Amino acid sequence: MTDQKTHAVLQNATKSFSFGNPPNELVLESGDRLGPVTLAYETYGELDASRSNAILVCHALSGDAHAASLGNPNVPQGWWDSMIGPRKAIDTDRYFVICSNVIGGCKGSTGPSSINPKTGKQYGSDFPIITVKDMVNAQRHLVDSFKIEKLLCVLGGSMGGMQALQWMVTYPDRLRSAIPIATTMKHSPQQIALDEVGRQSIMGDPNWRGGAYYGHVPPVRGLAVARMVGHITYMSDVSMNEKFGRKTRSPAKESSKFEPVFEVEKYLEYRGDDFVKRFDANSYLYITKAMDYFDILDSKSLGEVFRGLRAKVMVIAFKSDWLYPSYQSKEIVKACKLAGIEATYCEVSSTYGHDAFLLKVDEETHLIKHFLNSVQNGNNSTKNKGFLLNDEARAQNNR
Amino acid sequence: MKLEHKIIVDWINEGASVLDLGCGDGELLSILVKEKNVFAQGTEIDEQKVYKCVEKGLSVYHEDIDAGLSEHPDGSFDFLILSESLQQTKRPDYVVNEALRVGKNLIVSFPNFGRYSIRFQILIRGKVPVTPALPYEWYDTPNLHFLSISNFFDYCRIKNVKIKETAYVTDGKRVNLIPNLRAETGIFLLSKGN
Repeated sequence: MTDQKTHAVLQNATKSFSFGNPPNELVLESGDRLGPVTLAYETYGELDASRSNAILVCHALSGDAHAASLGNPNVPQGWWDSMIGPRKAIDTDRYFVICSNVIGGCKGSTGPSSINPKTGKQYGSDFPIITVKDMVNAQRHLVDSFKIEKLLCVLGGSMGGMQALQWMVTYPDRLRSAIPIATTMKHSPQQIALDEVGRQSIMGDPNWRGGAYYGHVPPVRGLAVARMVGHITYMSDVSMNEKFGRKTRSPAKESSKFEPVFEVEKYLEYRGDDFVKRFDANSYLYITKAMDYFDILDSKSLGEVFRGLRAKVMVIAFKSDWLYPSYQSKEIVKACKLAGIEATYCEVSSTYGHDAFLLKVDEETHLIKHFLNSVQNGNNSTKNKGFLLNDEARAQNNR
Repeated sequence: MKLEHKIIVDWINEGASVLDLGCGDGELLSILVKEKNVFAQGTEIDEQKVYKCVEKGLSVYHEDIDAGLSEHPDGSFDFLILSESLQQTKRPDYVVNEALRVGKNLIVSFPNFGRYSIRFQILIRGKVPVTPALPYEWYDTPNLHFLSISNFFDYCRIKNVKIKETAYVTDGKRVNLIPNLRAETGIFLLSKGN
């Protein structure tokens, strides 16, 4: 019974994988133990006989396991439909694609809205603090269950990119390539500050009840405002101008002088209200905390962080992304240079802001398609020269 | 294959690590991967050319040569290449210095401003020259600096840069006699002096 691992079907294409039954719980970075752990996941395409065509796609803050619909009209669109599917950049005719909901989430994986086996009630604020590393450790159990020794690629944008970076550092032998997109090696004060505004909004909602709101009215207002702040940071000045300008709409009724009038206000209101229907406020708190605690360097120097990694890396940034500015991506590239890792960096000139990585940006599609192609065909991928660094270079790495 | 490229390919040994500064659409790097099985890495400022490189399966940094070079450890590549790009950098002296630090060898090629046709255009016509090797008008040229083969010899002497090989090319043919007057392009294999 102990250490039992199970796969089950949730809904549509979403399946679940459970592991970490006591006493074999997942040991978290905090030292706390979490178990049993369930991961909601989806897979697309077929795993080949040599188990060498698997790609792990990692989602961002509010994403889930449903990355792609593969054109099936009976399932909703996935969050990366433009990227994943037959003959798309992540070609499901060629690759076996795995996407799982992170732990701490609320889309089928174990999180604060899951039942705590010790109490029989939802965890709420009793859920332990989780980190990006914990998310990745949980994913590793899922990857192991497919007996995949080496992933062809781990990729994702924003928090998905943090997971890709974490894979590079924690499991350097388990991947042949990685694509961190619109992401950072560590959250900056600005990024932490913006997250904190969202958290304060949730915790300031009287319906939050210290996290124990399950069975009551959830803190929808607080969560909606948190999401509104989020959406502002995902767009750019240019994209907001193009999308809304100063266009107005007459308010539904003359109920208040401060009723939303501008299109942009209506949009944020809609986005906020839509979000609360599909997302758990406590998950928002836990996941944003995980992002804020993220620091892949973890007191290591930039030259040390990717030492020993023999993978091909592509870092993508977007010019108008002010939430994850390109200087943060360039730091990742610098670490690759110091470690002698073969790396590509591209700053795509998009005006969509941080949102760009999720939208249908042809340049991003082009980069990912050809990069994966070169990794699968082994083009240069075995020629990482990290191990060729001489002593002098190594010494410099330690600075 | 262009003779300029063939000369460079011949100088680079099998399986070497190569960083091509200003690699364009990756033509030379692709040849080097195919012919010499090198560990290839490029640097290119033009976004569209970066896409072309990735299409060819090459790894490339989308950045300025001047900006990104300092991030590489000492001697971390066997060869650095500045193929027709040195004259386009903001600080050529800095770039050569840094390139000699990062690369155990440095290959530099540049359009020779000492060539007779260029001298003729300046001297007789009184105009800034436009030639096949320097095809730009003064108002839209990416070339920020103009140098001749003689200038480069002087530079290497003053800066104590060791010249290991030289080659001169005009119209796809080698030039051996009075290259500063006759060659369109000068190609140098360099390393740090003592």
